[in-house]
Amino acid sequence: MDLAWMGWTWQTGAFFGSIVLALIGMTIFSIKYPQSPKMGILRFETTPGDRLFMSLLGSAFICLGWLAMFGSPLWWALLVCCIYAFCVFRWV
Amino acid sequence: MTKTWNNKAWFMVLPVVILVAFSALLPLMTVVNYSIQDTFGNNQFFFAGFEWFEEIMTSSRFHDALGRQFLFSTIILAIEVPLGIFIAMNLPSKGWKSSLCLVLISLPLLIPLNVVGTIWQIFGRADIGLLGASIAALGLDYNYTQNAVDAWITIIVMDVWHWTSLVALLCFAGLQSIPEAYYQAARIDGASKWATFRYIQLPKMHGVLLIAVLLRFMDSFMIYTEPFVLTGGGPGNSTTFLSIDLVKMAIGQFDLGPAAAFSLIYFLIILLMSFIFYTVMNSLDKKEG
Amino acid sequence: MKVTKSGMVMFLYILFLMLPIYWLLNMSLKTNNEILNSFSLWPQNLTFENYMTIFTDKSWYSGYINSITYVLMNTVISICVALPAAYAFSRYRFMGDKHLFFWLLTNRMAPPAVFALPFFQLYSSVGLFDTHIAVALAHCLFNVPLAVWILEGFMSGVPKEIDETAYLDGYSFTRFFTRIFMPLIASGIGVVAFFCFMFSWVELLLARTLTSVVAKPIAATMTRTVSAAGMDWGVLAAAGILTIVPGALVIYFVRNYIAKGFALGRV
Repeated sequence: MDLAWMGWTWQTGAFFGSIVLALIGMTIFSIKYPQSPKMGILRFETTPGDRLFMSLLGSAFICLGWLAMFGSPLWWALLVCCIYAFCVFRWV
Repeated sequence: MTKTWNNKAWFMVLPVVILVAFSALLPLMTVVNYSIQDTFGNNQFFFAGFEWFEEIMTSSRFHDALGRQFLFSTIILAIEVPLGIFIAMNLPSKGWKSSLCLVLISLPLLIPLNVVGTIWQIFGRADIGLLGASIAALGLDYNYTQNAVDAWITIIVMDVWHWTSLVALLCFAGLQSIPEAYYQAARIDGASKWATFRYIQLPKMHGVLLIAVLLRFMDSFMIYTEPFVLTGGGPGNSTTFLSIDLVKMAIGQFDLGPAAAFSLIYFLIILLMSFIFYTVMNSLDKKEG
Repeated sequence: MKVTKSGMVMFLYILFLMLPIYWLLNMSLKTNNEILNSFSLWPQNLTFENYMTIFTDKSWYSGYINSITYVLMNTVISICVALPAAYAFSRYRFMGDKHLFFWLLTNRMAPPAVFALPFFQLYSSVGLFDTHIAVALAHCLFNVPLAVWILEGFMSGVPKEIDETAYLDGYSFTRFFTRIFMPLIASGIGVVAFFCFMFSWVELLLARTLTSVVAKPIAATMTRTVSAAGMDWGVLAAAGILTIVPGALVIYFVRNYIAKGFALGRV
């Protein structure tokens, strides 16, 4: 099976690698320190995994919005993403 | 039902995970790869950063298609959901009449999507179609291949024809689960028809109604075949919805980079919608116990 | 016979549904000459020539055989892998179960257009392009999640005490599952088979992208004939009518479960 058509470069490899690492990390974390879901300001229960997912998804939209309005580079958008992720983990 | 905590259940889920990973995860990874690379063919790739995303996000072509898509999905939901509830309330609830009606109204759902397109393509033509000919006989100028408004009306009527039954069937199943005693109680209290609907039938339907709204929203959001057969996205670009535009870009022009970026943005929107829906559904389940 | 208001509503709605289908049937029984030159509500010169064309021309009838082949393959695969998974979701809690379920659901919601191009390359690279199994596997993308979803709904309706009693009676898991549990959710399995059939049967985009000659489905044959041979309306209409027949047959068999099935067993 030839996988050349998938067109791997180290950048995408790093991207998927970090996602896999985050998943493994969250799994180990939730085994070591089991946490009960908590109720946030949005009135539904979330686990740390849910919050990670929400931060990632939200960050993707923030970056897209940034590209639509200001164009690249994305450094400032990344800062907004970090603030957003912090808010999600803190309050949701 | 209380469920047992058992991690061995993973073995039962494994075949599904492997199968879906093969048919969903691998292609998705490819899309991510393409979306940040440029190619000159021969499987030679180099890194292009977020160029394609920027190109798509700032192109008016994408904005227009997205706008059309949301407009279309909104119109579809606004027509099909109330109509579906209305039909469900009028369906005979038992006996052979009920079976007959159910079979007849489910029929459009089982027609291949491209045949639905073909049916309406023929039906709406002024020279050989019943609908087209009738409208022409009324003296109206109707031509879905030339006039954008006519094309939109035809596609919307076609979708209502095709999918309203799904909403109706779901609501019907919801109504069937209401015990007869509820209605008797309502009658004794002298409740009006509206009150019966508002306080007995609607609450019982909201679970299935949620599924109906989700399925209709998602399916209309990825509509491809029917408008493709009926109008081919035209006249001009007036009925080019997201999927049609994407297929044009990916298969027609073979623009891997932009098409992949387009796909990912499309997919992210779907992901967000699914997440909202899933969360709402779960919290409803909790509330009902 | 008394005409009630709801009877009237149903009559009008069914009329609205049936008219376009009737028109297709009407056209399929006319000659092309009659279609284009005279306008009539029913065929003046009844002809079955259009149907004969389809049944005798290999490029037409092989399309039906191909479609049925991959649809059946897909139905069998989907049910076989979905049964144990749905049981796991309905009976146990395990690490990441909710996230897994959500991930499966997103695949039901994902637009096939997103997957068309990578599918084409993936199946070409493993040498499955233009085979029935390729289309069957590709359709698993949306059918397997749906099957799990529906079966989970039906299985949750079976009380857990039944499982426990069976285990106490010394049944092994496989014996319990095939002898006791599956008959209990037989209607659910029927409904799932119906849905897998339906969604695989009506899908065109992936089926068309993944095939060229050998496994070309009837839907693709129809669209390609339209563009190539001008407009042979009569044959096109006849082909359309023939694609409706399998659906109508299947729907007749599951008519008593349709409503509950469409609600995914969740009422």
